[in-house]
Amino acid sequence: MFRRERSIPLRGSAAALCNNLSVLQQRNLTHFGVVHGPSAQLLSAAPEGVPLAQRQLHAKEGAGVSSPLITQVHWCVLPDRVLLVLASHRGIQMYESDGSVMVYWHALDSGDASLELLTPDTSHRHCHEPAQGQLLSAAEDTFVHIWKLSRSPESGYIEVEHCHGACVPDTQVCGARFCDPSGSSFAVTGYDLAEILRFSSM
Amino acid sequence: MSVRTLPLLFLNLGGEMLYILDQRLRAQNIPGDKARKVLNDIISTMFNRKFMEELFKPQELYSKKALRTVYDRLAHASIMRLNQASMDKLYDLMTMAFKYQVLLCPRPRDVLLVTFNHLDAIKGFIQDSPTILHQVDETFRQLTETYGGLSAGEFQMIRQTLLSFFQDLHIRVSIFLKDRVQNSNGRFVLPVSGPVPWGTEVPGLIRMFNRKGEEVRKAEFKHGGNYVAAPKEGSFELYGDRVLKLGTNMYSVNRPVETHMSGASKNLASQTQESIAPNPLAKEELNLLARLMGGMEIKKPSGPEPGFRLNLFTTDEEEEQAALTRPEELSYEVINIQATQDQQRNEELAQIMGEFEVMDQPRRITSKGDDLLAMMDEL
Repeated sequence: MFRRERSIPLRGSAAALCNNLSVLQQRNLTHFGVVHGPSAQLLSAAPEGVPLAQRQLHAKEGAGVSSPLITQVHWCVLPDRVLLVLASHRGIQMYESDGSVMVYWHALDSGDASLELLTPDTSHRHCHEPAQGQLLSAAEDTFVHIWKLSRSPESGYIEVEHCHGACVPDTQVCGARFCDPSGSSFAVTGYDLAEILRFSSM
Repeated sequence: MSVRTLPLLFLNLGGEMLYILDQRLRAQNIPGDKARKVLNDIISTMFNRKFMEELFKPQELYSKKALRTVYDRLAHASIMRLNQASMDKLYDLMTMAFKYQVLLCPRPRDVLLVTFNHLDAIKGFIQDSPTILHQVDETFRQLTETYGGLSAGEFQMIRQTLLSFFQDLHIRVSIFLKDRVQNSNGRFVLPVSGPVPWGTEVPGLIRMFNRKGEEVRKAEFKHGGNYVAAPKEGSFELYGDRVLKLGTNMYSVNRPVETHMSGASKNLASQTQESIAPNPLAKEELNLLARLMGGMEIKKPSGPEPGFRLNLFTTDEEEEQAALTRPEELSYEVINIQATQDQQRNEELAQIMGEFEVMDQPRRITSKGDDLLAMMDEL
């Protein structure tokens, strides 16, 4: 069973995109990344969801060109560093994990199709990496579900069990992530909602 | 973002505009022949072939400012005038209605059925005009050609592009509040019961498959919603039962339409983003707008037909009061024209620019001294 915890306010609402929430755990802090539109919002929170710093990041552009709409923001944890990736229909930009310095920029030609990045999602139901055999799914129908994945010792087949479902009333959920490796807490974003909703197990 | 979104946005917003104007024309007891003329003129302008050709070209969505300018012009395509307060309210209602429809679409593809609902109703307004009927049918054909073959993923992109346009709009509409489809905080109610989208199953079943794709186990779970199977699919043909009610006319003479301005928009961050749009953005939009308006044939009122003013409020005093008390962050600034070298490279625009004086400051559209509208009249 999960219960609602204190929400973290956002300066701008979340855009209606797939997988519109990225979470990075660093030491005692939890970092959240949410796309608003032409900007991505990065914020960090202490335990119990106490908000600390918050910043807006726009994809850099050439002189005289308007900022593109960001399609995804995601932290990539590499063996030796953590990078923050911004994707838009104009290309990819990679930054240091706090969004301070851009380290790489790949621009798409105008004729290229839009970029499908990182956790490709062609349906509006998105699932995320299991934490200890758990899977978190969220959809525009306002529901978030937690599933347990296991492998049956006899048959060797993957088994799926439904653990918990939560309705976020009147909210088109567009992002959901576990906030810790044990899967005892998760965060949710919704289209048009200017806050990050938090849940933790009882 | 999808470059095929503009026709859907324009046609559906236009459809809502016609529903509201029709309701107000009747509520204000405008004589039948005058009312019919207004609707005929607006519909005929909306579905003008050259205009539609421009609209259907793959392109990014216009900003709210640019689109508002187009509807301003459209609403004045006949003998009817609207004060700014009424035009603002009209636009508020149009946008919130279509936002609601997009949000509630069961499948992303159903936005096409919503569009067809609007077109079906529009045909009802112009039954006695075969020429305009033909124009609407032609647009129907164009919609089928453009959208008929798109995948679910492409419709999802269109949906996301539309929702991006409507992000942070939370104007409360009395008819929505009364029908309980909108909460008092301006957010729409998303039901968790009723029919599932066509082509999907009622959730509650887990099926497990082996390597060969054979189902080996079934298990049930409690989803939390209260869904039933979809009865049938709506028709995408020229004529047919759309099944979906979204996009049909929800107004009638007896249901006055009010909007509540207080607490409508709490997200000032996103609002300031829109209002400080840099020059290059305005320039791109202006080029597009000029091309689009160039294709829009504005009929001048001919003969001795006297014009009249339509009021979206119940009294003139209410309209005046609304104009005075409209929150700053909800002001619809019409696109400002600033002469720069780049703009003058555009031939068509240079032609238009040549016909009036250059403004060096952004101007808000007002009911008097309406320079922008006067400029558009030159087109």
